[in-house]
Amino acid sequence: MPQTPLHAEHALLGASFTDFGGWEMPVRYTSDLAEHQAVREAAGLFDISHMAEIFVSGPEAASFLDYALVIQSSAIAAGKAKYALICNEAGGIIDDLIVYRLGEEEFLVIANAGNRHQVVAALIERAKSMNFNGVEDRSDDFALLAVQGPKATELLQTIVATDLSTLPYYSIATGDIDGVSGYLCRTGYTGEDGFEVLVPTESAVQVFNALVSAGITPCGLAARDTLRLEAGMPLYGHELNLDVTPYQAGFGRVVRLDRAEDFVGKAALETLAKIEPEKVLVGLTGEGKRAARAEYKIFSEDTEIGEITSGALSPTLGFPVAMGYVAKEHSAIGSEVSVDIRGTRLPMTVVKLPFYKRK
Amino acid sequence: MSNPENLQYTKEHEWVLVEGDVATIGITAYAAEKLGDVVFVDLPKVGTATTYMKICGEIESTKSVGELYAPLDGEVVAINDGVVATPETVNSDPFGAGWLIKVRFTNLPELMTAAEYDELTGEA
Repeated sequence: MPQTPLHAEHALLGASFTDFGGWEMPVRYTSDLAEHQAVREAAGLFDISHMAEIFVSGPEAASFLDYALVIQSSAIAAGKAKYALICNEAGGIIDDLIVYRLGEEEFLVIANAGNRHQVVAALIERAKSMNFNGVEDRSDDFALLAVQGPKATELLQTIVATDLSTLPYYSIATGDIDGVSGYLCRTGYTGEDGFEVLVPTESAVQVFNALVSAGITPCGLAARDTLRLEAGMPLYGHELNLDVTPYQAGFGRVVRLDRAEDFVGKAALETLAKIEPEKVLVGLTGEGKRAARAEYKIFSEDTEIGEITSGALSPTLGFPVAMGYVAKEHSAIGSEVSVDIRGTRLPMTVVKLPFYKRK
Repeated sequence: MSNPENLQYTKEHEWVLVEGDVATIGITAYAAEKLGDVVFVDLPKVGTATTYMKICGEIESTKSVGELYAPLDGEVVAINDGVVATPETVNSDPFGAGWLIKVRFTNLPELMTAAEYDELTGEA
């Protein structure tokens, strides 16, 4: 199973490992609750080097991405980022992505580890149809480290030359990180402020250890999952998959149908935008301590109306939170439903996402 | 954490301390570590009959649900209210304050020794 360049560092820190997206990744170092709390109250460090870095460059880079993705990448200013989806012709979601515009003719696309090959294959196929050859999968050349939490910027600043206060949310800049040239991206997947730091693979150990020495708590994927769930952020394979459309997942606003040019999935998405989806993604909260987990069935009275996609006892809030797909007529905020938790039906209420918002 | 010599073990990662006709039961440090931070335990009520290797409770962590298998036939005579109130005790002291239930047993099946359990979990 592939490992990130930081595997040995994780082992030294006492990490337990898990299979995630085909990678052997640290699930926790000591306590996933303590790691979760570190991100909410101070700063946490995640190795997310399993994620894919795809560079798209050349004079036609922007128009290529306009065709390949559902967003209008040509409208992103240099140094800025945008959340994106890559869909198939039917409007199904191949992956969710972040697109960073590095310059007039250069973009960086970050894809999920488990979808790396599907995304690269789809981009290359779409590039071929346009005679564009500027797609390059450079995932193996880079390590990606996320530094997240209310103290993330302050602590990261101690090893970075660039003044981080000059970088707004969803921006990217080249920078010197502990003497290493890399990229500083003000993005994340925890609901907190912070950065994702992209450095060459050969410098990963040095930068990771410098961040740990700066006082940032190493955190595993268990904490990352509860953090993103509280922040109402989707995880591909749970909330998103090929059979889900952006309109079901609440990402209709990401799809830019209001543009002249064609893009892959446009015809199908135009149709889907006009009809009410049968099932839509909602947030659910419950009482007590028992979590509704992925694949548990959701009911209204005795009728099955949907399924949980992610759920946990929220470490920050202290009550169960979940996301799931329910029949449209039960998706209004305040709708009362129940979830079959291993044979026991427990009530849950549809609430507005996110569950947690930083102050 | 090493597995105490004075306890017996199941392949489902329970430990059993036999004192007279009462067995104290918990989950091993190995099982607690695999689960991650325990946030909820669901234990059988006092008086419930237990059946060898049948599920009698649940231990939930943030990430997963672990099942508590009854290591012997008998009747629950006590549950650990402390662990219900502070489930993290299962992680911090699995072989001590993190015990789960006491069962008055009718017969004692053959369970694993610490050495056998070490071998099962690759700690030998």
